[in-house]
Amino acid sequence: MRDIWRRYKRNPGAVFGLMLIALVIIIAVSAPFIYPHSPFKMVGKPYELPFGAFVLGTDTLGRNVAAGIAHGARVSLMIGLLTTLIAVVAGAMIGGLAGYYGSWVDDVLMRITELFQTIPSFIFAIVLIGIMSPSLESVIIAIAAVTWPPVARLVRGEFLALRNREFVQACIGLGMTDARIILTQMLPNSLSPIIVISSLMVATAILFESGLSFLGLGDPNVMSWGFMIGAGRDVLRIAWWVCTFPGIAILVTVLAINLIGDGLNDALNPRLLGR
Amino acid sequence: MQAVPVVIGIVVLNFLLLQLAPGDVVDVLAGEAGYATPEYMATLRAKFGLDKPWHVQLVFYLKNILTFDLGYSFRHGMPVAELILARLAPTALLMGTAFVLSVVVGTTLGVMASRFPNSWRDSAITGFALLCYASPLFWVGLMFIIVFSLKLDLLPISGMETIAAFHTGFDLVIDVAHHLILPAVTLSLFYLAVYTRMARASMLEVARLDYVTMARAKGLKERQVVYKHILKNALLPVVTMAGVQMAGMLGGSVIVESLYGWPGLGLLAFNAFFARDLNLLLGIFFLSSMLVLVVNLMIDMIYSLLDPRIEAR
Repeated sequence: MRDIWRRYKRNPGAVFGLMLIALVIIIAVSAPFIYPHSPFKMVGKPYELPFGAFVLGTDTLGRNVAAGIAHGARVSLMIGLLTTLIAVVAGAMIGGLAGYYGSWVDDVLMRITELFQTIPSFIFAIVLIGIMSPSLESVIIAIAAVTWPPVARLVRGEFLALRNREFVQACIGLGMTDARIILTQMLPNSLSPIIVISSLMVATAILFESGLSFLGLGDPNVMSWGFMIGAGRDVLRIAWWVCTFPGIAILVTVLAINLIGDGLNDALNPRLLGR
Repeated sequence: MQAVPVVIGIVVLNFLLLQLAPGDVVDVLAGEAGYATPEYMATLRAKFGLDKPWHVQLVFYLKNILTFDLGYSFRHGMPVAELILARLAPTALLMGTAFVLSVVVGTTLGVMASRFPNSWRDSAITGFALLCYASPLFWVGLMFIIVFSLKLDLLPISGMETIAAFHTGFDLVIDVAHHLILPAVTLSLFYLAVYTRMARASMLEVARLDYVTMARAKGLKERQVVYKHILKNALLPVVTMAGVQMAGMLGGSVIVESLYGWPGLGLLAFNAFFARDLNLLLGIFFLSSMLVLVVNLMIDMIYSLLDPRIEAR
């Protein structure tokens, strides 16, 4: 653990990313305390300029942009983490079964994975939401449904390699059950690449969600960054700040998570260092 | 031949999605709120064999979709297949331009960055790529509109040609190109960053191989080593990426087209969603999946031409 942190620290970008994400998390956690009212509440005149009565100005209806960003941080982080969790569990299960059992199980599961990698994911997500009607759950399901394939491929590759290692063969020889070998032996040994890919997936999920809610496909009752940009889009000419600040929030968060992912990659796979 | 199961898989997926939708298939196909005539609904029910068990229905569906009979859109008063075909050209133009932009600019930047690793130039390019990689493209598009359309008044905000100008010939080409700049640049940015990072990593990787040392030992000039020996092999992974990019850009085109009012498939999908024209949406989904599949097959072939070690599957 200490080794990992030592290697992680060596990457200045990764440390910077960690600081940025800490800031975003602090804002998300303290949102209900700084802005106790709902972010949908009208608190001032419409189109207040930023750095005046409100730090980041107000939008078309006189809602506080800063409050929206703070509350939106909770939504973005929550959706990012939850979708990643679902997609990683699903992907790891599919990839794990394919890699462990091989033969026809592998063939079938990998064909399905390939299928999901071929179809354009954003359009698939739109179709799914169109069928389920826009809500927080349908957005989460749709994003998870399109982001699991890379995890499945990764875990399958890891498991294929581990399957023939001596310690796994020994477990089989000892008569351990398949479930126990997979969960207690193989999964822990393929954890580092899974952690790296998961961290990057959180960023992808946040971008994905913001794109969906920008188009108005997200939950209309939830204040998210993409929704704010979508709502401010029609008043671009008179109120540039309504779109600009939530976008910066997305950019900073996604950038931070990507930097952390790169740092984790270097820290957890030291053999690759120097490349 | 490997593509056949994927095609069938996509059709089955479409069928399952239809089943998941509220109401029976015909309700979905005909669109909601009585847009279709009862006679048409009855014909559809017979055509899809809704009185028969589900596996017979699936066969019916397969037969329809594989002959590109995607149904009729009552919202638009046109067969879905025709609607989609009419929107294909603008999307192809947009995606093609964005594709060329991202590959050419991306790999050039990547190669430039790899020439002197960790120099200020490398840091600047890597930083730029990181930013492009992390920024939501609809937001970048809006920022472009603020700067280039609203403040500087250089480029049009939306559409594919100037309305009511009725340009023809060369003027039309110029007009469309003028409208194309912002959407194409916006759509290309994400993959531009991907190619920059890939080309840089790949160049550095290949530069360490023995044959490159050999080329240097022969006394070749550095330029020759980089552009003739390293670059050729370093570009291989870039080709693989093109298939992934195709699928990604189709999704991006929904955002970019609805942002700039570009009259392509993406905008059609966006409007279909809000008109609750699920059948049209599924048609677009089916066709775009096929498009990705075809591009992937082409890339496999190009790849085996470029790298004889890999046989065409």
